[in-house]
Amino acid sequence: MNSPAATYDLGKLHGGLRLPAEKAAATATPIRDVPLPDQLVLPITQHAGKAAHPIVGIGERVLKGQLIAEAFGTLSAPVHASSSGKIVAIEPWPVSRRRGDNAPCIVIDCDGEDRAIELPDQIPPFHSLDPESLLQKILQGGIVGLGGAVFPTGQKLMQAATMPLDYLILNGVECEPYISCDDLLMREQASLVLGGAQILMHALRLGKCYVVIESDKPEAIQAIGEALATLDDNRITLKQIPTIYPSGGEDQLVQLVTNREVPSGGLPTDVGCVVQNVGTAAAIYRWICEGEPLISRVTTVTGPGVNSSMNVSVRIGTTVADVISFAGGYTENADQLVIGGPMCGKSVTTDRVPVVKATNCILVLNEKNAATVEQSCIRCGECAIVCPIQLLPQQLFWYACADNESKLRSYGLTDCIECGCCDLVCPSHISLTASFRNAKARIHEQADEKARAERARRRFESRNERLEFEKQTREMELALQKKQAKSAGPSAIEEILERQRQKQDKED
Amino acid sequence: MEFEKRDAPFVAPTTNVASMMLHVLYALIPAALAYVWYFGSGFVFNLIIAGIFCIAGESLMLRLRGRPVEATLADYSVLVTAALLTFAMPALTPWWVTATAALFATVVAKHLYGGLGYNLFNPAMVGYVVVLIAFPMDMNLWTAPRMGDIDYQFMTIAQTARFTLTGSLPDYLTFDAISRATPLDIVKAGLNDMRTFEELRAYPMMGDFGGRGWEWIGNFTAIGGAWLLVKKIIRWQIPFGVLMGLLIPSSLMYFLVPGVHPSPGFHLFSGGTILCAFFIATDPVSAATSEKGRLIYGFGIGFLIYAIREWGSYADGVAFAVLLMNLAVPTIDYLTKPHIVGHPIKRRGAR
Repeated sequence: MNSPAATYDLGKLHGGLRLPAEKAAATATPIRDVPLPDQLVLPITQHAGKAAHPIVGIGERVLKGQLIAEAFGTLSAPVHASSSGKIVAIEPWPVSRRRGDNAPCIVIDCDGEDRAIELPDQIPPFHSLDPESLLQKILQGGIVGLGGAVFPTGQKLMQAATMPLDYLILNGVECEPYISCDDLLMREQASLVLGGAQILMHALRLGKCYVVIESDKPEAIQAIGEALATLDDNRITLKQIPTIYPSGGEDQLVQLVTNREVPSGGLPTDVGCVVQNVGTAAAIYRWICEGEPLISRVTTVTGPGVNSSMNVSVRIGTTVADVISFAGGYTENADQLVIGGPMCGKSVTTDRVPVVKATNCILVLNEKNAATVEQSCIRCGECAIVCPIQLLPQQLFWYACADNESKLRSYGLTDCIECGCCDLVCPSHISLTASFRNAKARIHEQADEKARAERARRRFESRNERLEFEKQTREMELALQKKQAKSAGPSAIEEILERQRQKQDKED
Repeated sequence: MEFEKRDAPFVAPTTNVASMMLHVLYALIPAALAYVWYFGSGFVFNLIIAGIFCIAGESLMLRLRGRPVEATLADYSVLVTAALLTFAMPALTPWWVTATAALFATVVAKHLYGGLGYNLFNPAMVGYVVVLIAFPMDMNLWTAPRMGDIDYQFMTIAQTARFTLTGSLPDYLTFDAISRATPLDIVKAGLNDMRTFEELRAYPMMGDFGGRGWEWIGNFTAIGGAWLLVKKIIRWQIPFGVLMGLLIPSSLMYFLVPGVHPSPGFHLFSGGTILCAFFIATDPVSAATSEKGRLIYGFGIGFLIYAIREWGSYADGVAFAVLLMNLAVPTIDYLTKPHIVGHPIKRRGAR
């Protein structure tokens, strides 16, 4: 039943590309441990939402697994110390993020002892916890989506728990070239992944889980298949999907597995699905069943610019430079450092950036052969053919150049997942994805600007109203006083004058 | 270590415009050889003249517009225009006719509209239509194809070159002696003369489907077209649309009202049908962009070719059909926007 045989009763994904995998070099060896570095750099925003609040001071000693920054505000996640040592700084540090190049980080000088905080003697089995407290617990583990989106898992699950759900989908697709950390994780820690799946199903009261793996990972498929056979949990099914980029996108995977389209601007939970990366599932297992918060992850170090490609298990906060030197250092032609894959990754200017929860791949590329010159769009439509969202990139590009916001919206700019397929097939070498990213940022800014202007306008109007109201009240009071004075007649005036005289006499 | 910052994706593009255009040129080679075999060396002279004047027109306009000349010429799009123009011309065409078409195609149809990517109309077809209207006599001077049993006058390379340069024939030849009605002309005139299609098919010029020689050029064109499909330089929607747009009405008429309508096979293999389906209508710049839109665009061209051949005054209608559908492209694109994944499916009439 849970055999690794191909299950192809799938929905259809539009477009996509078959890309050269480039994964052989890094998958040839098992996961290796990067030795503990001298210094750890832990950003307080390693997740999608608000920054966590540091709760330690400079000079304080911390232990491995100790909470050092707690979740604060929407979509925030806590940060734990990855090893024991002394806090030496809380300061801005170069990081790889979607926006901005620097972020406040907690810097720990490691003492090399790697002493962990004391665990409770007995960790209760997860079955004994009710789903609500299980979700609360997951929230505290600092666990975020390890596939790259780094959405705090606890919040994601809590939102999901409020929706009617059908499936838990574990994402082991890993469709981007070069990246193989999930592949290796599934090969070596399949039981942890499946254990995580069981915890998730319990927490969400779900009775159906698909573990989805691309067909180019036969070893991972076999490992998960064997672990499933041992586990004998017939709620979990292994599903194999064809190797097409970008099948591993959350919404794309839901569409492939269930044939349901995630509504624009919505979430997979809108169509009854929760998607979790396999690495996240393993991290949840470690936290819930072994008490270890998210302080390390598996990362692929690869590309033509590093001497030996491999997958490493690395403490969160280790700098990329440390990881690269563990992997034999740079080659002579190393020209570009990318955090993430070659399609969706982000290039960084320095290897001082730390490995964070989101870092699934450290990719070093060689010099580009020739600088590609952008030519005019010839409307060949190849971009539309490969777009998994069925957008018309060439039209979007046209409107992005014209900065036509309403057209950009109606042609679905906000639905673009920035997978980069259109860039690859464009014969005119137009940087479509970058132009969409910029257009999105512009629209975002304009919306912010608008909201600010709107707030200012409202403030101004309410002030005017207030002033008007005060003026009217004053006038009314004045009129009332005059009226009273009139109706009281001359005797009243006499009285007032008399009172004033008396007052003056007293003062004299 | 410090690095430069760039934008994702970091994978090099897999194609470029120049290689696409080169593929199109290569794909035209079999058809060109067939053309030269059946209609003589005039094709080569026309190609040279069209090439020279297309490059000259393009260079001039690029210079006037302050664009890089050499880099733009290196995308080979101008040579594709020259080649398509040459296929549309009779083998014996004086140079000034070809030159007019070439200059009009590049200067007016291409660059006055903004250059490659912005031209509304297919440049080669604009150039062809201009000379079709301006030099009707020259454009009707089709010779008979070289087939053993047809009475044809073969002109040597020197004679052809002289004609191309001066427009005059050797003393012993007259226009009437070398020009022959094309199969399309024969059928059009014959049917107007109340003859049946079956009678007309018995003419020595007519061959199996679309006329001696013509149908073989069609076959070789289709080979190149199929290769472009395999190489994914063109997609199937436009060729399929053109062929269906032509075959569906012609089959209906042929089988419903037999005798007075040419066979679908004749429509398919005569004139410029195949060239249009694979090489002319598939010009991406002036075609619709969505997959559905391209089917409609192709079908419209096919149907207009049929309509012009059947009811118009011209024997063939490829150029007019393509230009008319070029006009319809913005509307087609607007009406065939694909369903964006995750958006609600709009029902017809719903607002």
